[in-house]
Amino acid sequence: MIDYLVPLILFFTCALALHKKENAYDLLLQGANDGLKLLISILPTLILLLTAVYMLRASGAVELLSSILAPVFRLFGIPPEAALLVLIRPISGSAALAVGADLMLQYGTDSLIGRTAAVMLGSTETTFYTISVYFGAAGIQKTRYAIPAALIADFVGFFMASWTVKLLF
Amino acid sequence: MILSKIWTGMVLIAILAALFLGRGTHLGTSVLEGAQSGVTLAISMAGAICLWSGVGKLMEVLGLTRHLSRLLRPVLSRIFPSTRKDPKVANCLSANICANFLGLGNAATPMGIAAIRQMKRPDKPGLATDEMCRLVVLNTASIQLIPTNVAAIRASLGCAAPFDILPAVWITSACSAGLGITAAWFLGKVWQHD
Repeated sequence: MIDYLVPLILFFTCALALHKKENAYDLLLQGANDGLKLLISILPTLILLLTAVYMLRASGAVELLSSILAPVFRLFGIPPEAALLVLIRPISGSAALAVGADLMLQYGTDSLIGRTAAVMLGSTETTFYTISVYFGAAGIQKTRYAIPAALIADFVGFFMASWTVKLLF
Repeated sequence: MILSKIWTGMVLIAILAALFLGRGTHLGTSVLEGAQSGVTLAISMAGAICLWSGVGKLMEVLGLTRHLSRLLRPVLSRIFPSTRKDPKVANCLSANICANFLGLGNAATPMGIAAIRQMKRPDKPGLATDEMCRLVVLNTASIQLIPTNVAAIRASLGCAAPFDILPAVWITSACSAGLGITAAWFLGKVWQHD
């Protein structure tokens, strides 16, 4: 059923657009163009961050970090290999993308770690960035419990990502 | 500014760890490999990102967020009681959550900001209200129907079924949003000032 979800979304959005007498193909092209611009704007970031991630991995720092944090991670059933991803996810979205992609490449997309990394990326957000954008735009200085509550949500995300992958695959 | 510090810190840690563990040769080659893989990753994600941006454009023009919003109203009025009295906040809020759900990040953020601005208390303009905190928690929990970027990376690495993680992603974000809101509710009771 899930195999049909994306093709059906493609069909229904286009069919609905035609029904409303919109130029569906033209809109798709416009959007794809925007996507290309987005991609070009994140390309330099990806290059820089993946350089740093590769350096961390080659130097053995990632293994060191994982082995230090392993007891805590094992306690919650989170794979220690995902330590760097967990630490960087709330701070930088593109860095997390780089780290996650690297995990999937290293361990395989269908491995336990690769899948856990993918679910973590798909179900969490760049918490600190989001909070600073929203509260910054509204001129809120006293954020009260917003950061702790959001970090709890993140932690639940990392925890559940590990367990759903273990139980569903 | 924060990324400058993170990046410099990552490079420094890598150098120190390589010195300590004696992995200098690996470190040297990794610099160029990493830079190259940034380009490879971007190119391999390009197709999926462009296609999905196209679909996003269609959804925007069709006003799908507005249709979805209506389904969301009953839940929304429970988490954000002020939306019962103020239809303007209700509109912005539901548009924000629905746009996030459909993966329309560009449309979601302005709506969320508009909602949070209308939630401001005139007597204490710099203080985050309970509803603002809940809005932020909902936005950081990332409730998304199809996480396109992740699926794109998986597909680009030769995954046979890049979407097979969807149920896991849905369960995980639902739990994280649900428990995040619960945590916010509890914290709101004890954390009254500042």
